[in-house]
Amino acid sequence: MAEATSMRKLIKGQGIVVPGNDIDTDRIIPARYLRMITFEELGKYAFYDERFDEGGKPKKHPLNDPRFAGGTVMLVNRNFGCGSSREHAPQSLMRMGIQAFVGESFGEIFSGNCTALGLPAARVSHEDAARIQDLVEKDPSLEVAVDLESRSVTVGEERFSFTMPDADRKSLASGTWDTTSVLLSNKDAVRATASRIPYVHGFVAAPGGSRG
Amino acid sequence: MGRTLLDKVWDLHKVATLPSGQDQLFIGMHLVHEVTSPQAFQALSDRGLKVLFPERTFATVDHIVPTDGQRRPFADDLAEQMMRAIERNAAAHGIMFFGNTDDQGIVHIIGPELGLTQPGMTIACGDSHTSTHGALGSLAFGVGTSQIRDILATQTLALSRPKVRRIEVTGTLPVGVTAKDLIIQIIANLGVNGGIGFAYEYGGSAVSALSMESRLTMCNMSIEGGARAGYINPDSVTIEYLKGRRFVPRDGDFDKAVQFWKSMVSDGDADYADTYTLEGGSVEPMVSWGINPGQAVGVSGKLPRVSDARASDQDALKKAYDHTGFKEGDPIQGLSVDVAFIGSCTNGRISDLREAARVVKGKKVSSRVKALVVPGSRAVLRQAVAEGLPEIFRDAGFEWRDAGCSMCLAMNPDKLSGRQVCASSSNRNFIGRQGSPHGRTLLMSPAMAAAAAIAGEVVDARQMLPTGGGNGRS
Repeated sequence: MAEATSMRKLIKGQGIVVPGNDIDTDRIIPARYLRMITFEELGKYAFYDERFDEGGKPKKHPLNDPRFAGGTVMLVNRNFGCGSSREHAPQSLMRMGIQAFVGESFGEIFSGNCTALGLPAARVSHEDAARIQDLVEKDPSLEVAVDLESRSVTVGEERFSFTMPDADRKSLASGTWDTTSVLLSNKDAVRATASRIPYVHGFVAAPGGSRG
Repeated sequence: MGRTLLDKVWDLHKVATLPSGQDQLFIGMHLVHEVTSPQAFQALSDRGLKVLFPERTFATVDHIVPTDGQRRPFADDLAEQMMRAIERNAAAHGIMFFGNTDDQGIVHIIGPELGLTQPGMTIACGDSHTSTHGALGSLAFGVGTSQIRDILATQTLALSRPKVRRIEVTGTLPVGVTAKDLIIQIIANLGVNGGIGFAYEYGGSAVSALSMESRLTMCNMSIEGGARAGYINPDSVTIEYLKGRRFVPRDGDFDKAVQFWKSMVSDGDADYADTYTLEGGSVEPMVSWGINPGQAVGVSGKLPRVSDARASDQDALKKAYDHTGFKEGDPIQGLSVDVAFIGSCTNGRISDLREAARVVKGKKVSSRVKALVVPGSRAVLRQAVAEGLPEIFRDAGFEWRDAGCSMCLAMNPDKLSGRQVCASSSNRNFIGRQGSPHGRTLLMSPAMAAAAAIAGEVVDARQMLPTGGGNGRS
C-alpha cells in the first residue's frame, strides 16, 4: 500500500523561463487533450497551442527554445496555473520533465495538485521572480537549485528565499505528499466523524434512482 | 468573536490534524464526472482499494457529451471511451450514475436540482466550478485527480483551512442587472488572483434578494476570482428551494434538516479575515473583453488603455490585446460577434433560459451570428419544453440543443473556429477555451448574450427587454 515516494528536499536543474501573469490551465493543457482516460500521453501536449500552429509547425515559445532544452525548473510569474482544477495541467508539465516551479504566486488548486504530484511550487517576491528569470534568460546553463529545507532558490551565485505553505513543504521534504495512505490510517476516526454529522446518518432522503 | 459558516462546517467535518499540519476533512458528498475521475479509479484499483463511502458518491457526464444527439456510441471515439470508463467505474464501485438517465446534466446543475447539495455539507468534485454548490450554504471545493483518489479511498481530504473574506453587497441591483454581472464586477475589482488563500462569503441586501439560481451563478465564478470556495449563508430562499427535491428529507426529517441547516450560518459577530463592500446599485451589465474574467467592463464602458493600468497589470493587458485584436479605448458596445452561446454550469438553468427568451421573443438572430442554447440538464430541458421556450429560440434562429457543457470548453463538438468572437454566458474567456486557439470569448449574462445574438454586436440588453416587463430577476 505504501507508495514508493522519495523525499524532495533539493531539486536541481536548468531553468526554463515561461514569462507572463495569470497563465491559466487551458493554456497549459488545451481542453481537447483532456479527452483521455490516462495521463500518460499528456507530456506531448503541454502548452500545445502556444508551441505549435494549426499545421503542427513549432512557434516561438520557451518550450521550443533549444537554449532551455532539458530544463527541469519552470520559472514563472504571478498566478501561474489559475483556472481549472484539472490535474492534467501539472501532470502534462511533469511528464515533459518539469520537477519544480518558482514564481510569484500560483493558482491555489494548481499548487495543491503540484504538491500531490511531488512538485514543489516555490513563491518568491515580484522582484526576485524577475531577477531569477533575468539570470536564466542571460545564461540558461546556470543551475537552479530549489532547497526545501533552507527555503531558498539558488541561481548560479545568487540566492533567493522563497515561501510555500508549511504543509506542502513538510510533505514534500518528508516524502509524504501522497496523502492516501496517511488519510487511510485514520479510517476509524473517519467513521466516528461520519457518525456524528447529522445529515450522514440522521436524515437521509430515499434515493429515487438505481445504483450502478 | 462569533464563528463563520466555514468555521462551523469545518469543525463538524474535521477528522484529525495531520502530521503536515493540514486538517483531514470528511467530505459529505463527492461528485464525479468523466474527465477527472478515470485516472483516480485506476489509481484506486492499482492499490487494491475500494470506494469507502459509495453511497456518498454520485457520478454524471457533462464535458464530453455531444449536444446535437446523444446516441451511443458517440461519434468521437475518445469521448465514447471516457463514457464507458465512467459507466464501468460506477458499476464496479456501486456509485449512483446519472449519466445515462433522465437526470443527466452538468454536475453543478444537477447537484442542487436533485437536492443532493444541502447546507452545512462538505462537497468536493474534480472540477473547479464546484464552488457553485456554496450557494446553498455548503462548503464546496474543486479538487485534482490525486485528491479524487483520496476521497474515493477515504471520503476525506487533506486541506488547510482558508481564511474567509466577507463580500458585502449593499443596496439593490438595478433592474436588468444580474448575478452574473455582479460576480464579474467583483472579480474585476478584486482581481483574478485576489481570492488566493480565501473562501468568499457573499452577503448583504443585494445578495439576500437573489433567487437560488442567481446565487448558484454567483458562487460558480468564485474560483475565477482565485477563491478556493464561495458560499452564501442559508436562509428562507435556500429552505424553500430545497423543499420537495428528490434527495431532500421529507416530513419530520425535513424539519430536523432545517434545524441543522439553520445552525450552519455565520454568527452576526463572526470574525472575518477581510471584508469588502460593494454598492449593488453601482453595478451595470458586464462584458469581458480580454483573456481572463477580470478583464471586463460595464456595458457603457470602454476598453481600458494599457497606460492607465497598474504597472503590474500592464503585461496582462498587452497580452490580452495581442490575442483579441480589440482596440484600447473603444466602447465595448458595438463590438461585433459571430457566435452566441447560452448555457454552462454558470448560466444553464431554467431562469437563465427564461431571461434570454424574454429578450429573444419575436426577434431574429442576426444573419451573421450562429447562436445556440444548451440547457444545463435534461430536467432544465424538460421544463423549458413545458414552457414553450425552445419554440421562442428556434423561431428567432437559435439552435436548441441537448444538455451538456457544450461550448464552455472544447471537449465536445461545439467549438469556435478561427478568429470567431463569441458572446458567451459561460465562465472563462481563457485563450483557446472555446476550442479555437485564436477564438475570442466575451463573458456576459444570458440576457446580454441573447441581445448580442439579435444585434450581431454587443448591446445593452436592457434596451431590448419588452417595455413594462418584469425586473429581469423574477
